[in-house]
Amino acid sequence: MEQLAITIHENYLWGAPLWAVNLIVMFGASAVVLMLFVAPFAGITSFVERRIAARIQDRIGPNRVGPQGILQFLADGIKSLMKEDLIPTDADKPLFILAPYLVFLGMFTTFVAIPFSSKLIVSDLNVGLLFIFATSAITAVGLVMAGWGSGSKWSMLGGMRAAAQIISYEIPTGLAALCVILLAGSLSLQTIIAGQGAYPWQWYLFNNPFNPLAFFILLASLVAEGNRAPFDLPEAESELVSGYNTEYSGMRFLFIFFAEWANLYIIGALVTVLFLGGWQIPVGVSEWAGGVASWFPQVLQFLTFFLKVLVFVFLIIQLRWTLPRVRMDQLMEICWKYLVPVAFVCVMGVALWMIIWPEGLPWMTYLLTAVAGLIVAYYCYRVIWQLRNTKATLEFNPFV
Amino acid sequence: MMTPMQDLAFAALSGIVIAAGCLIAFSRNLVYSAFALLGAFVGVAGYFVLLGADFVAVIQLLVYIGGIMVLYLFAVLMTSGIGDVTLTNRSIATKASAPLCIVLIILLGKLIYTTEWYVAAEPTEIAPTTAAIGNALLTEYLLPFELASVLLLGTLVGTVALARRGVKVIKKS
Repeated sequence: MEQLAITIHENYLWGAPLWAVNLIVMFGASAVVLMLFVAPFAGITSFVERRIAARIQDRIGPNRVGPQGILQFLADGIKSLMKEDLIPTDADKPLFILAPYLVFLGMFTTFVAIPFSSKLIVSDLNVGLLFIFATSAITAVGLVMAGWGSGSKWSMLGGMRAAAQIISYEIPTGLAALCVILLAGSLSLQTIIAGQGAYPWQWYLFNNPFNPLAFFILLASLVAEGNRAPFDLPEAESELVSGYNTEYSGMRFLFIFFAEWANLYIIGALVTVLFLGGWQIPVGVSEWAGGVASWFPQVLQFLTFFLKVLVFVFLIIQLRWTLPRVRMDQLMEICWKYLVPVAFVCVMGVALWMIIWPEGLPWMTYLLTAVAGLIVAYYCYRVIWQLRNTKATLEFNPFV
Repeated sequence: MMTPMQDLAFAALSGIVIAAGCLIAFSRNLVYSAFALLGAFVGVAGYFVLLGADFVAVIQLLVYIGGIMVLYLFAVLMTSGIGDVTLTNRSIATKASAPLCIVLIILLGKLIYTTEWYVAAEPTEIAPTTAAIGNALLTEYLLPFELASVLLLGTLVGTVALARRGVKVIKKS
């Protein structure tokens, strides 16, 4: 970033002072990330989620706007923009207006620290991981604010649940991430990725038998922190109408939901960075691509990263539409009685493992990789089997 | 030495902190005061970033906003009639407190201008601080660190003991 600013300063804008150029580049980069990447991603994810949901529930889903309905999210966006800006009479007006922005801010600040490839990152903070966890706290405040500001009991209960859930599940998230921090010895996301390789057996996921457990804990608690099913109690439709966003409509509603879909990407990206090797591509491929063009390896790295993230986006969407919602007491029980103690065991286990076998155990790594491969294969087989048995089209294609 | 960029950031952060502080102090509605804490905490985290204390800044966000602020909000929002100004936020003894405030302001002002502040001799490179903090905690300051953690553990156990008193375990039918 700074390099970019200095280059622009020296080559193009002789008159402007460096700090001003730096400022413009900073805001410019955030705007570009937001406009060109996050917004289309969130929009298209909303469409994909609706199609998958329809498929799972034996419906058709949106298929009218554009080919196979792919432009539905644009139509929805325009519709929401043009809707009347409704603020309930009982609402606390300043808080009601401010809350969606805070939710939005909390989600999108995380994109500062999330890498896209080895060079494509807004800022490689050396406390990047903690930064991402810290900003999710702002989302929690935003949700409570939305709940209180709406002046409705449904919203209030939803906001309270959201806050309780987010601060509870931050603990297993942090502990599970600690397993990887121990191995990488750094909080910077780029350094964590650099400690892993391109092939599955070089990932932190299969480094020792505790890490797969930590991976599961991290994924589950991130889903819970993102208020996604099966942990979507703050917006449980069957009890709370729609929870903290009950009173919101039009663009404000869209803001809150936008953040939720963008959060899917953040969950996938965090899991990928910590356990699945991030943007790493094999050295041979990287050298070959570097011979073609200097930017080509970056593109390949970005695609690798993006593909891994997409796997988790699809997985989380599928979870939402297949699992029943847990109860509030069950939610807390899962967190405090199961995830937290197991996460502590994982941290101690990883630390011990690092003392006893500092170089790692190759046969254990290969064994874990093979087991994981079998699980993934069985999962694919089951999905295809299910599709075949429902007499649907035989290919696994969410767009059909 | 501060670059113009740092000056600008400092001014913006101070604006946020002062505005949030005023809102906390002068708002007639306790709920607004509680929410305004967010601005103060974020602003202070920004100060830490300016000083090159990256780890402390992020921990400030994590602990104060994620933990303390959400806890405050719980307490504030769970109280019934919290938005009622006459109930929760009455002004008491305004005349008596005025001289006290003036004395306090004079004292603080004198402190600010007479203290010899530590100034870094020359601008140092901003370096990662996490590892250094970890090392210091586990070597030089091990005893206070362990004492603090034992104290926190004691508090946790005490809280559970207090909260559980009188609670009957209902058998599942």
